[in-house]
Amino acid sequence: MTIDQYLFALFALLTCGGAISVVICQNVVRMAFSLIISLASISALFFLLSADFVGATQLMVYVGGTIVLLIFGVMLTSSSALLQIRTSPAEGFLAAGIGVLFLSVFSFTVWSVDWDRNEAKLAGVTAVDVPPQDYNEASSGNTVRPLAMSFVGLRPDKAGKAPGYLLPFEIVSVHLLVVLIGAAYLARTKRRVSAES
Amino acid sequence: MDAIGLNNVLAIGAVLFVCGVICMTTKRNGIGVLMGVELVLNGANLNFVAFARYSSMGLDGHVISLFVIVLAAAEAAVALAIALNFYNNHLTIDVDRGDELRG
Amino acid sequence: MSLILAAESLAEIINSYAECDASSVAIAAVIHVALIGAFFGLPAGIFIWAERKVSARIQDRLGPTRVGGRFGWLQAVADGAKLVQKEDLCPKDADKPLFRIAPYVVVIASFAAFMFLPFTDGWSAVSLDVGMFLLFAMLSLEVIGVILAGYASGSKWALFGGMREAAQMVSYEIPMSICALIPIVMAGTLNLNEVIHYQSADWIGVIPPFLHWNVFHPVAGPAFIVYFVCATASCKRAPFDLAEAESELVAGFLTEYSGMRWSFFFLAEYASMFLVSAVAAILFLGGWDDGFGIVRALKGNSTNVLDPGVIAGNLLGAGVLMLKASKLVLIQIWVRWTLPRLRIDQVMTTCLKYLLPMSCALFLAAVVYPMALVLGTGRPQILPLSNDVSAEAEMSTSSEVEVERAAADGEVT
Repeated sequence: MTIDQYLFALFALLTCGGAISVVICQNVVRMAFSLIISLASISALFFLLSADFVGATQLMVYVGGTIVLLIFGVMLTSSSALLQIRTSPAEGFLAAGIGVLFLSVFSFTVWSVDWDRNEAKLAGVTAVDVPPQDYNEASSGNTVRPLAMSFVGLRPDKAGKAPGYLLPFEIVSVHLLVVLIGAAYLARTKRRVSAES
Repeated sequence: MDAIGLNNVLAIGAVLFVCGVICMTTKRNGIGVLMGVELVLNGANLNFVAFARYSSMGLDGHVISLFVIVLAAAEAAVALAIALNFYNNHLTIDVDRGDELRG
Repeated sequence: MSLILAAESLAEIINSYAECDASSVAIAAVIHVALIGAFFGLPAGIFIWAERKVSARIQDRLGPTRVGGRFGWLQAVADGAKLVQKEDLCPKDADKPLFRIAPYVVVIASFAAFMFLPFTDGWSAVSLDVGMFLLFAMLSLEVIGVILAGYASGSKWALFGGMREAAQMVSYEIPMSICALIPIVMAGTLNLNEVIHYQSADWIGVIPPFLHWNVFHPVAGPAFIVYFVCATASCKRAPFDLAEAESELVAGFLTEYSGMRWSFFFLAEYASMFLVSAVAAILFLGGWDDGFGIVRALKGNSTNVLDPGVIAGNLLGAGVLMLKASKLVLIQIWVRWTLPRLRIDQVMTTCLKYLLPMSCALFLAAVVYPMALVLGTGRPQILPLSNDVSAEAEMSTSSEVEVERAAADGEVT
């Protein structure tokens, strides 16, 4: 086994363990902590898959931003008595059964597809892969510059044969602005009706 | 190079997805449901990055997963605002109590 | 792959003696961890002592004088020894596992950020293209430990302190990151070592090289000040130490902690002070560049890492970076013992109403300024460009992009 495989096994275990404990935990803050472990391990998996920019974004936006937002939500919406809202055991068993069924279907699908054959077909229709060049070796993941260029509409990795992402990028930026304003509008403090009367 | 293998990564993605779905269906806490959504999105993200790594799709997978991360952050912000409003109206975050369908 | 990049170059050297891939990588990783641990722990210890001495002098006292002979220089070790002996308390209402884990989250986040610091030219544990981005991502994880500590303590003081602290850290991160982006945009890379290369230059006639540092740039100079204010706030240092406002919140999220766990928070605070100061030195003050071309002269054109000139130059560079970072930490200590504490609403007003618009305006100016300069004078910067290696490097990369773009256009048509 190479060191990559050891690291992959470790982070895969952490990812799955975190996800399962999100499901099992009843306390919301512990759920959030398990989610942090799971998402941080996913960012490590991204690094192992040589997607360094995506991994860094995952850490920055997801773990450092979204989860902190969720924990703030937990703090703002729960007095300590309501922190644990239990699900009934029957629901739990039903969900576990459906989950196992789902998982078996997915695993069966994943292992029954011959990826190599599809890959050969796919390689026929897409352009040749030009390895991006930057300060690091290509194998250690240098996705920053090609990603930035694809966001302004250039595709160095496809030798210009694939579309860039300028329009989606602009749409997402406008979307974020709208969401920012909308969320601030929704979350502003309103007096309760009972308090007024 | 192929030390990890596509199938293993896809399997992790499947586990995340299933955990997320179970979380969304069973949790009665609104924030817990949101966490389930995050897990599902991350499972999908992992698949995108894995396909970007193990196929000739190049950077498309990375770009899509970046969009997913950004949109998930936006979704969390809006959902949280809704949860706060829910809490203001019902004084609880138990989603089973939100079955009135009126103001 | 990138995860093991940390140990790659050292692993190659070890591998040349014994042919075993995985274990040599592991050994190299352990060596790296030990080195970074030294850089993490030693400055923190020194600054704890310095804080006591400086605060004493500012308040017209002597401070520690006895431990370790003169000047009380062993005071930090004595403090540590005292804290180890203390009882590790865990309150009855606390969420025990989270309460115990929270200090480690803070320490690990601050320690992991040290991985991306280039201590001197090429001497960084992980030299990634996204180095600067990852560093800030790691720093942003610290806030999770603070929130967990605040919640898990099961105490009102701790919860209020933790929430205030989290709100403050999250808000100050935004102007801080925008200001840190300004040198990044100027250098055109997220790799911290390349940012320093961009700032280091040779003598051009009588113009000393330190004028190439970003702090002397008309846009990046003000950005340095904004960055430093935000960095002070994000390290929860006075005048922004609302979390530990003794007069209102006992000790904020630290209220219920004692002994070793408390000292972990303390260690992480001093380590992240040093870290943000080192990042400020790298982004704005030329990093390992000494400002008079000595490091560059020592290194010459040699590419062999084991060349005596290169080693001397690198060691001097590391010393220079440490000196700059320590100066900035001393400024933080000086500010802490001089200025009164702000109120929580004043802290948020400072960030959201003043620092954030300022940083956005500076970012815009940093983008527009070179264009305006090219239109006005025909050159992208005021200083002459002759025998400037970084400018040449920039030219070559941009010409590569041109070539690629031309190739792409050719393919399309």
